[in-house]
Amino acid sequence: MALPSDPTHFTLAEARDAVVGKKISSVELTKAYVRAIQGARELNAFITETPERALAMAEESDERIAGGTARPLEGLPLAVKDLFCTKGVRTTAASRILANFIPPYESTVSQNLWDAGAVMLGKTNMDEFAMGSSNETSYFKPVINPWRARNSNQALVPGGSSGGSAAAVSGFLCLAATGTDTGGSIRQPAAVTGTVGLKPTYGRCSRWGIIAFASSLDQAGPMTRTVRDSAILLGHMASVDPRDSTSVDVAVPDYEAALENGVKGLRIGIPKEYRLDGTLPEIDALWDEGAQWLRSAGAEVVEVSLPHAKYALPAYYIVAPAEASSNLARYDGVRYGHRAPGAMDIIDLYEKSRAEGFGAEVRRRILIGTYVLSAGYYDAYYARAQKLRTLIARDFANAFETCDVILTPATPGPAFAMGAKSSDPVSMYLNDIFTVTVNLAGLPAIAVPAGLSTAGLPLGLQLIGKAFDEATVLRTGRVLEKAANFSDIPQTWWRVP
Amino acid sequence: MSEGASKLIAGSTGPWEVVIGMEVHAQVQSQSKLFSGAATEFGAEPNEQVSFVDAAMPGMLPVINRYCVEQAVRTGLGLKARINRVSVFDRKNYFYPDLPAGYQISQYKNPIVGEGEVIIDLSGGESKQVGIERLHLEQDAGKSLHDQHPDHSHVDLNRAGVALMEIVTKPDMRSSEEAAAFLRKLRAIVRYLGTCDGNMEEGSMRADVNVSVRKPGAPLGTRCEIKNVNSMRFIAQAVEFEARRQIDILESGGAIKQETRLFDSRAGETRSMRSKEEAHDYRYFPDPDLLPLEFDQAFIDGIAAQLPELPDEKKARFVKDYGISAYDAGVLVAERELADYYEALADGAEPKLAVNWLNNEILGRLNRDGLSIADCPVSAGANGAILAMIADGTISGKIAKDVLDIVWGEGGDPRRVVEERGLRQVTDTSAIKRAVDAVIAANPEKVEEVKAKPKLIGWFVGQVMKETGGKANPKTVNDVLRTHLGISEIG
Repeated sequence: MALPSDPTHFTLAEARDAVVGKKISSVELTKAYVRAIQGARELNAFITETPERALAMAEESDERIAGGTARPLEGLPLAVKDLFCTKGVRTTAASRILANFIPPYESTVSQNLWDAGAVMLGKTNMDEFAMGSSNETSYFKPVINPWRARNSNQALVPGGSSGGSAAAVSGFLCLAATGTDTGGSIRQPAAVTGTVGLKPTYGRCSRWGIIAFASSLDQAGPMTRTVRDSAILLGHMASVDPRDSTSVDVAVPDYEAALENGVKGLRIGIPKEYRLDGTLPEIDALWDEGAQWLRSAGAEVVEVSLPHAKYALPAYYIVAPAEASSNLARYDGVRYGHRAPGAMDIIDLYEKSRAEGFGAEVRRRILIGTYVLSAGYYDAYYARAQKLRTLIARDFANAFETCDVILTPATPGPAFAMGAKSSDPVSMYLNDIFTVTVNLAGLPAIAVPAGLSTAGLPLGLQLIGKAFDEATVLRTGRVLEKAANFSDIPQTWWRVP
Repeated sequence: MSEGASKLIAGSTGPWEVVIGMEVHAQVQSQSKLFSGAATEFGAEPNEQVSFVDAAMPGMLPVINRYCVEQAVRTGLGLKARINRVSVFDRKNYFYPDLPAGYQISQYKNPIVGEGEVIIDLSGGESKQVGIERLHLEQDAGKSLHDQHPDHSHVDLNRAGVALMEIVTKPDMRSSEEAAAFLRKLRAIVRYLGTCDGNMEEGSMRADVNVSVRKPGAPLGTRCEIKNVNSMRFIAQAVEFEARRQIDILESGGAIKQETRLFDSRAGETRSMRSKEEAHDYRYFPDPDLLPLEFDQAFIDGIAAQLPELPDEKKARFVKDYGISAYDAGVLVAERELADYYEALADGAEPKLAVNWLNNEILGRLNRDGLSIADCPVSAGANGAILAMIADGTISGKIAKDVLDIVWGEGGDPRRVVEERGLRQVTDTSAIKRAVDAVIAANPEKVEEVKAKPKLIGWFVGQVMKETGGKANPKTVNDVLRTHLGISEIG
């Protein structure tokens, strides 16, 4: 297959082969992305660009390729969500409270990528502390979706919280990016930017060095332009890590090798409870079409039941804020991060630093979390939410008795306008209605672009797999990808030469 | 129960009973912290022993230190307690500058160790059982320093994250003596086990004491928790002050307010710190960064197999095997090093002679020099040699003390000291006879007296000893004197 003339339009797989095959040097490829990033600042996809580091890494990669010691991702420029701590490079979680924080350590996942030869282009914008579904809560201003509706100049959100990574991947500002997903933060932005986003099984990737939002739900994953690229990248992000007690020691298979195995004989579950009142008809239609594509490829489509799925969103909005309220207690202005001037005493220092350092959505969730853990409310909220989690996990276990992978819509709709939902938290939270269930059960799931909305905006489908069965999720996603033949890309309205 | 009767406290409305429970924080003896690899040694420069985890840097995660878990299980077994094969770490949330994460990792609902018991030894040879409610693992906090800067506080995180065992008793103690005896016994047990050094001055063992009073037979009264009781002596003081304070309030018609009080060791009193209403809402919940702590029976059995002999068993064995009194055995086993020293000493000597020698000579000198048994300048082996020389008549008991003084100050082998300095006891009867003859010849009037009062023979023995420079065998001197003076053996 012919390579795209613009190297920034390479897939990760294409670039890998081109760089190792010396069709293009890592430095050339890196420079093309550095230019693209600089020309796309209007999208605000990056909080911190690291062009010098990128070029230095690219030069080293070219030397290794010349010397015959290329590593699996040698010379491939990636973007990293600004939730992954990067040694010597400012890491902010898109929060004022960490606006000047430079970690003296590297997260396990990003270290794995650099060890595999990848090149870091910079740190991508996101919702503050990964709390949001539109990337509008960032202290560093919102990210703008490269996509626009047909015949419209209205700025749309890229989804969130990994909105910067999604915009960077769909806007050809990197080959691929890392994201994190606590309730849908990889899959939802991937779906509304026409890209692929994979949330692995909880424990598949180490959380060490990733700034915590909700520890029992957070999971890092790849955001790419193709399913194959997600398979490649996940293979180099995943590892068991003795520094993360919740990482799991399950061998990382060669996801790419099994990618084209098809779905013949596979049973695809369609959860009847996901037919929600008020879902856009085009979402339901796309879902049916997805099922049909898989059936045509030889899969058997069966109805399954997830009776407790309707409780997932409320349970999530108890568990995640509860953990966040505790995880974010360390940002107190004492040891690092923003410290308010003029404090009278220690309590005043805490209150001022945190009030100034955290944005409204983060403050809201800290308050919710503090409330649900309080004496007298714990049993009514947190304890019940944990019971629901158990029931939801059991629902999935039951469903997987009769199917191998579950197909659902990824989001309730396409990208929406900036500001459209920011005044109504609940309508914002509803963006995660199809995705949070998966985090509560700790399962792997992928969002794959499957079509365009009537307004010409990307829509995605979600595939949910059994724990540590990312391989089946990926090969099913590959079948969807081929059937959907999604080849649309956003118009580069932002590009500055 | 008659046992408790003498412990009642007299009040104007009749006798009162004090009820005491304790929460003891014992620092786990380990090279590194509970959830990080940072060192735990006491006395390092501020903030030298702080990992990124301890400082709660963004994205850092705790990883349980297996050795600390073993130490907790070991302690649980030493307390004859139930070991819970599944336990859970929870977060205790509150803001404080020396608590970097804004929460302490502790165990709330599911501790690693459940109910157990400790036998405490009381005066008069009595003993009593104190119930253990639970033992759980938790992190220590750092230290705020308020004296480093005129208007800033400094924080030292060296201690932050160090493993503590919180040991909670049942409200089973009824006097300050029992409270102090409990703490002493607990300290002995953890020191035997090697799970805590028990050093109260350095803060590696700290006690919070819960005190309430009631009329005998009445239900439990409202309790106050006394914090910061950091020596054995203060325990007794704090309990006595607090019991009296509560009795005075109740007898003057007042009510006890449940509160946390601080013991002021200078003033010897307790002061209100915070009331129940001001208590924090710690918002405990299971730490999502840590899986439940699980281990199998084999893990417990492996630790149990390595358990040393503990004070109670050792005491019983000393009484049985060495024939020494329960009191003496109790003194010896209070410190493992002392018990070990005694065993080494009693190995080659008569056990009762050994215990007296240890109590009267060794401990006296250690006390005088401010040394512990571990620093004793004369080894058990050397002392054994001295005792052996007494036993075989090489030296007298009195000379033995001189020999001990010499080797205590100068070192050296006691046998060589005796040889080189000519301290060997004179058992040569002819030399003793000469001395006896000389004394008898010089004191004719005493010779007359001793015939009427045979007990005066002691005076003659003294004179002969003086004559021989103390080296004569006292028994031989006695025998020769009796023959020469014509006094028969008494009783």
